[in-house]
Amino acid sequence: MGSVYAVKQSKLIVLLVFMLFSGSLKAQNVKLLSVDQLEERVSKGGDTVYVVNFWATWCAPCIAELPYFEKLQATYKNQPLKVLLLSLDFKSKLEKAVIPFVRNKKLANEVFLLNEVNAQVYIDRISKEWSGAIPATLIYNKNKGIRKFYEKEFTYAELETTYQSSK
Amino acid sequence: MKKLLTLCLVCLGFLAKAQTAGYQIGDVAADFSLKNINGKTVSLADMKSAKGYIVVFTCNTCPYAVAYEDRIIALNKKYSAMGYTVVAINPNDPVAQPADTHEKMQQKAKDKGFDFPYLMDPDHIITKQFGASRTPHVFILEKTAKGNVVQYIGAIDSDTEGNNPDKINYVEAAINAISTGKKPAVTTTKAIGCTIKWKKQGA
Repeated sequence: MGSVYAVKQSKLIVLLVFMLFSGSLKAQNVKLLSVDQLEERVSKGGDTVYVVNFWATWCAPCIAELPYFEKLQATYKNQPLKVLLLSLDFKSKLEKAVIPFVRNKKLANEVFLLNEVNAQVYIDRISKEWSGAIPATLIYNKNKGIRKFYEKEFTYAELETTYQSSK
Repeated sequence: MKKLLTLCLVCLGFLAKAQTAGYQIGDVAADFSLKNINGKTVSLADMKSAKGYIVVFTCNTCPYAVAYEDRIIALNKKYSAMGYTVVAINPNDPVAQPADTHEKMQQKAKDKGFDFPYLMDPDHIITKQFGASRTPHVFILEKTAKGNVVQYIGAIDSDTEGNNPDKINYVEAAINAISTGKKPAVTTTKAIGCTIKWKKQGA
């Protein structure tokens, strides 16, 4: 019995270490993402509500609200919610600015860098309502067919209320 | 009566929407009177020999606006001689963005050598009238018999980073068209930029 328990325990430790490690790896990794890939991720992903925040390392109000998106995901980690942080930094800034920023801030959410060239196409594809100003946030609910776009800064209370009303 | 009231409310709703939407291509832009960094007020009508205006909503702080500063100066150098002068308007509330105060704007204009008006719109009245939503955000106006007609709304060019040899100079193309009596081929564009720092509600 004792040895079975020990094996179980060591498996648990390995699992925990793996989770921690993969968690930190994920936080340091910033992948490129096209609009097609974003739509595919949302439609094929296992979660129901997707909160996609458009930000950049040069955008002060974006940086100010990033902790709210971190808190939202952490608070509702047991719900089918996925927060994706999609950076609009120049692709040339990925290694020098975006990845170091994500590491310094220890962002736990998945971070991507938008892999698109033509703003005249991708801004409208994200939302016709979007003028291009950031921060901006897109909220999907796959089950309810919700796709709402917000060109604004959120407080945590506003973000939480918006999530609750999108569930 | 109730129906009428509903209708009124709906109409009001449309009006409110139209107001926030701002100018569309072909609209006649109303003149304005805003304070320049030298303390004097500036109106479009003051520039009597102008054939048109490159109205740029920009600010001291937005990194994308800063990235375009030299290009805005270059546009004024190139086109003011042809009658199309740059009129820069800072749409930000200096309380919400303390780096956009009158003094800081004076400093910016001095440091960069702005040779065009750099106006303040701290109450966002003209910003909302135009429908500017970000910095930088350009509106090209053509002076005509019926007034200053909006001919182009959007970005300065297609390459904020400034290293793409195939970049499209939207503003230059639009003015080149207008100055030769044509309509711009591209009249509206979108671009990534900073949100306007609006006055806090109740402040």
